[in-house]
Amino acid sequence: MSTTSTPNMLAREKTRVPQPKKKIRIRPVYLLIVLWLIGVLGPYAWMFITSITPPEEMVESAARIWPRHANLKAYEYLASNHKFIEYAINSALVAVGTVIVTTTLALLAGTVLSRYRFKGRKFVLFGTLLLQLFPTVLMIVPLYIEMRTFGLLDTKRGLMIVYTAFSLSFSTWLMKGYVDHIPKEIEEAALIDGCSRFQTFLYVIVPLTKPGIAAVATFSFIYSWNEFIYALTFTHSDVARTIPVGLRLFIGESSINWQYITAAGVLAVIPVLVGFMLAQRSLIAGLTAGAVKG
Amino acid sequence: MTRAVPPFSPPVVSTTQDRPFWRMKDLPTHWLMLAPALIVVSGLILYPAINAVWLALTDTNILDLADQKFVGLYNFEEALKSDSFWLSLLHLMIWVIGCVGGQLIFGMIGANILNQKVRGRAMIRGVVLVPWATASILVALMWLWMLNPNFGIVNHYLRVIGLLNGPQDWLGDPMTALPTLILIDVWQGVAFFSVMLLAALQSVPKEMLEAAKIDGASPWQSFWRLTLPYIMPTVLITVVLRVVWTANYFDLILVVTNGGPANSTLTLPLHAYSTAYQDFDFGMAAALGIIQAVILAVPVIAYVRHVLKKEAA
Repeated sequence: MSTTSTPNMLAREKTRVPQPKKKIRIRPVYLLIVLWLIGVLGPYAWMFITSITPPEEMVESAARIWPRHANLKAYEYLASNHKFIEYAINSALVAVGTVIVTTTLALLAGTVLSRYRFKGRKFVLFGTLLLQLFPTVLMIVPLYIEMRTFGLLDTKRGLMIVYTAFSLSFSTWLMKGYVDHIPKEIEEAALIDGCSRFQTFLYVIVPLTKPGIAAVATFSFIYSWNEFIYALTFTHSDVARTIPVGLRLFIGESSINWQYITAAGVLAVIPVLVGFMLAQRSLIAGLTAGAVKG
Repeated sequence: MTRAVPPFSPPVVSTTQDRPFWRMKDLPTHWLMLAPALIVVSGLILYPAINAVWLALTDTNILDLADQKFVGLYNFEEALKSDSFWLSLLHLMIWVIGCVGGQLIFGMIGANILNQKVRGRAMIRGVVLVPWATASILVALMWLWMLNPNFGIVNHYLRVIGLLNGPQDWLGDPMTALPTLILIDVWQGVAFFSVMLLAALQSVPKEMLEAAKIDGASPWQSFWRLTLPYIMPTVLITVVLRVVWTANYFDLILVVTNGGPANSTLTLPLHAYSTAYQDFDFGMAAALGIIQAVILAVPVIAYVRHVLKKEAA
């Protein structure tokens, strides 16, 4: 760039050689990181490339990487596929419901567990944590009978309730961590100014825990959007099936159309990627806080 | 400012000092605020968990719920007598040791890489954690395609570098199916370990490491003798949580191989799941679930006892 004044190509080459001002030394750490990132992102990139590769090129796709005639047919197909759209809507509705209910309950419970000292607090605090360790497979059998009794099988409501229950304990702990960081003095001031306990919660704690609310909302969204086993077991018609169950049905078909199914995969992963990248900082902080303190 | 100190402290201040300023009369508010969460959790986790114990003692079949008989410990006896139980338990052990071991080793390496002076660490940390936030069904989908015996990109490049000739169906061969699944799980979970261990590594006092350096310790020595003991509590809790979580995780196996080929990837939770939803034997499935829970209680209790002992010392 600095040598643009010299018109001659040869001269330009010459002037470039003797001035290696910036020493570009690549430390081996960066090499390892690049390899790691390729290992992590490669499968996603490959899923995307496959989704734009026409079926007749699948045989040579691994050798060519980028297809000769890339097309978006798979996405057009999915956009007009009733089933996929229905599954996507179900997933979205269940996720939104789960996020709203989980965040509200976790905010209430997290505030109480952070701010109030009462008999049974420790019991509640560690009880919820212990319940989290129960095997899914132990829960799913009695839960199935319970859902059937209450007519919640094969409903979006049913899935929402189950997801709320299973994301609640981590969400509550995450929220409690955020409330712990709010100085008590602010609430005391509000109390002295005549706020009731619930008003201090509404007007002091809620606005100050917005990052926590965002983290919990993202966590419960990702959980609900990704969850597979309960969705598979508790739904048996398109009324309540979510995207993961739909993908499983596609995979199970005798002749898999890899272009279509990877396109569905790309569409399914996008909301999670966006949400996760937005909230990863606070999510990671919440994840590591408990473990590092011991 | 210059007023004399009153003989008694003003009530508002005193209540904030040694005990929280909320008093007994406020009690109902917090139980009210806690109630919705408690109701949901006890209704959908606690109650079913207790119900599972009852189910395990019956011959409940989901096709005919009305015909439910108490059979005592029959399900447990039958389970312990069956070969498939012991086989699935063995697979579970291999699965857990392979997955958690692999994640711990590679996670530790990753954490140490990220703990170097690296630009954009927060960004990298976020990106490598993406698989952990990806649905198991999508992980299964991506790897099924990449490991496809005919068109898969993995086999293609293994052939290019000469490590493989001819077709190889990694997931269809009973010898390689479980190890392949373990590798996929390590791929998905390794960053979780890295992020946890990185947080711990960053809490290691720099002075300690510098002092060791001045005293002539090699980086390798100071890692094993200083850093590792310092971050041990985090390593332990992460491993325990991960063991429990990995043991209970069967989504991936269910989608990728569903226990096959020839039951070579059948782990205990998957065995319990198919007992419930292929054989419809809910009583037996609940019994297997309880056995699973009891087995997993062992590492948790061992961990808690270890922590309590340390605190007492």
